[in-house]
Amino acid sequence: MNERRIEIHPILGLRPERRQVTIHFGDRPLPAYEGEPIAAALLAAGIRVFRKTSKRGEPRQLFCGIGRCTDCVMIVDDLPGVRTCVTPVRDGMRVEEQDGRGRWERERGGGEP
Amino acid sequence: MSILEDGYFTLEEVLALPGCPSSEAMRGRRVAVVECGHELPCNPCETACKAGALTVGTPITNVPKIDAACCDGCGICMVDCPGLAIFILDLTRDDGRAELWLPYEFLPLPEMGEAVLLRDRAGSVVGEGQVTKVRQAKRFDRTAVVQVLVPEELAMTARAIALRR
Amino acid sequence: MKQAEIVVVGAGPAGLSAAAAAAQAGAQVLVIDENAEPGGQLFKQIHKFFGASEHRAGQRGVDIGHELLEEVEGLGVEVVLDASVWGIYDGSTVAVASQEYSWRVKADRIVLATGATENGLSFRGWTLPGVMGAGCAQTMMNVHRVLPGQRVVMVGSGNVGLIVAYQLLQAGAEVVAVVDALPRVGGYPVHAAKIARAGVQIYTSYSVKEADGDECVEKVTIWRVDDRWQGVPGSEIELDADTVTLAVGLSPMAELAWVAGCRFLHIPELGGHVPVHSAYMETTVPGIYVAGDVSGVEEASCAMEEGRLAGLWAASAAGRLSVAAAVAAAAPHEASLARLRSGPFGAAARGGKLAMDGRRDEAWGQTLTRGGA
Repeated sequence: MNERRIEIHPILGLRPERRQVTIHFGDRPLPAYEGEPIAAALLAAGIRVFRKTSKRGEPRQLFCGIGRCTDCVMIVDDLPGVRTCVTPVRDGMRVEEQDGRGRWERERGGGEP
Repeated sequence: MSILEDGYFTLEEVLALPGCPSSEAMRGRRVAVVECGHELPCNPCETACKAGALTVGTPITNVPKIDAACCDGCGICMVDCPGLAIFILDLTRDDGRAELWLPYEFLPLPEMGEAVLLRDRAGSVVGEGQVTKVRQAKRFDRTAVVQVLVPEELAMTARAIALRR
Repeated sequence: MKQAEIVVVGAGPAGLSAAAAAAQAGAQVLVIDENAEPGGQLFKQIHKFFGASEHRAGQRGVDIGHELLEEVEGLGVEVVLDASVWGIYDGSTVAVASQEYSWRVKADRIVLATGATENGLSFRGWTLPGVMGAGCAQTMMNVHRVLPGQRVVMVGSGNVGLIVAYQLLQAGAEVVAVVDALPRVGGYPVHAAKIARAGVQIYTSYSVKEADGDECVEKVTIWRVDDRWQGVPGSEIELDADTVTLAVGLSPMAELAWVAGCRFLHIPELGGHVPVHSAYMETTVPGIYVAGDVSGVEEASCAMEEGRLAGLWAASAAGRLSVAAAVAAAAPHEASLARLRSGPFGAAARGGKLAMDGRRDEAWGQTLTRGGA
């Protein structure tokens, strides 16, 4: 797909065959592989900023990569606080840079989220 | 030892290792050079050697020792060493070159006949070599063996290759 | 409520080993892991392991992981994934959160094998995109097959730093430098030699001064540190890098031991606060065992041996194995652990585990501020 993807590895061999899907980062469609975490698709696309902090609007991306530290959270299909390093992509998924804690856009039957 | 500050042995340190054959032994046959000098709990090299040339014993933290007279230069120890610290040297040629076997775990693999740069233990480029063979086998468990001809005087200096591409 | 004779929390090398040992003794075992895949960090270790040939030395971690998983599945152990254990009540009720609901399981014995978490290191710019744990880089490369960055500065020259630096090269990244504040390389010299001859520059007595960039790492400045860990002005070296990976130690993730009322000791050589445990891997709460990095940070090989010990002792306590049989079964694993911890490179872990033995009274004398035994 691109030079950030490791298609063939000296120990791991060929990247396993997986169905290609499309996710959307803001208004950019990005190619992704079914089953991979959102963060992997974003890294492959060269996206470096996942969110901005609440107080000073500072950029953040990844730290632990295994779902423990929450550095990587973004707004996914309108839901903020989603850990992109452990959440798998789905075809058509919308991922947005999260501003601070984000806002709950969804309404469930008009009530509180 | 310089390896602890800089990350690599000096040539003098390697020559003093129990796993380094004497210079006479190195001229007599293709032989292993075991560049492992610290007490690590590890003995696959001893287990790999069917010729009984390598000894670790008990405790398994002993620094490996080579009995070069027994070594037949087969290279299995080189492939099995988890630290990739063993090299095979053939100094028996009479064309001014030595053949060096390296454990290689990168891609792309070099090609037979390819001219490659040679790096020393510190990673500095010290000359050029020519790849004679690249071997892979299930038994090697994804560690390839690259055989490269190097100028004889670099036999104990060159320890890695860099592809020019 | 679901019942299980032995609940193992964590399906990494320690947890799977504990499950295998307990199941082999005839116990009914349930393994719970919060990740989507089992194996913990083991499947990311694509290098050949050290140790004795008789005990899997020379095998790649990833392959050992597959074998372990097959063994566990073959023994009929139930493994529940995507499930996070969030509480332990009365030393026996395990509370779990799956995706959509919470559930409980009543356990006769519990083995906590929850591993450890990567430490951070603050320097100006450490929060910038591009600064991450070395384990994070390893996960991205070896599991997700994506390069975390292209020009990397590795901080820390212990085995994790040296090995991940080598793996970065294998993945196609450039390792611009390995930096360590200590005056000596911390990990096995042979690991350092592999990367040094590939052209990676190792700077001992150096630390990161700052990482700079507009919205992500674009430049990294390192400087020499003196014997009081202070940076020496004028010794700065600017490196063109887009990634900084931190390999500055791991800390046990022992929250569950804490909430269950286990007593702790702070033992720096083991990674910080560790749950006090005996040679049988049992904590100060009867019926709760620990194994692997959560009991003290070492390596995967040690985690697997400790896991076997915890599993067989838990099974024995549950009545599945006589003490005599357990002692016999434990012997080879204890011998293996002693071998893995031998030599100068094992001194810290050895010292740490010995310190735990020696300070057990101190732990018992502590007043607990929360939880309860």
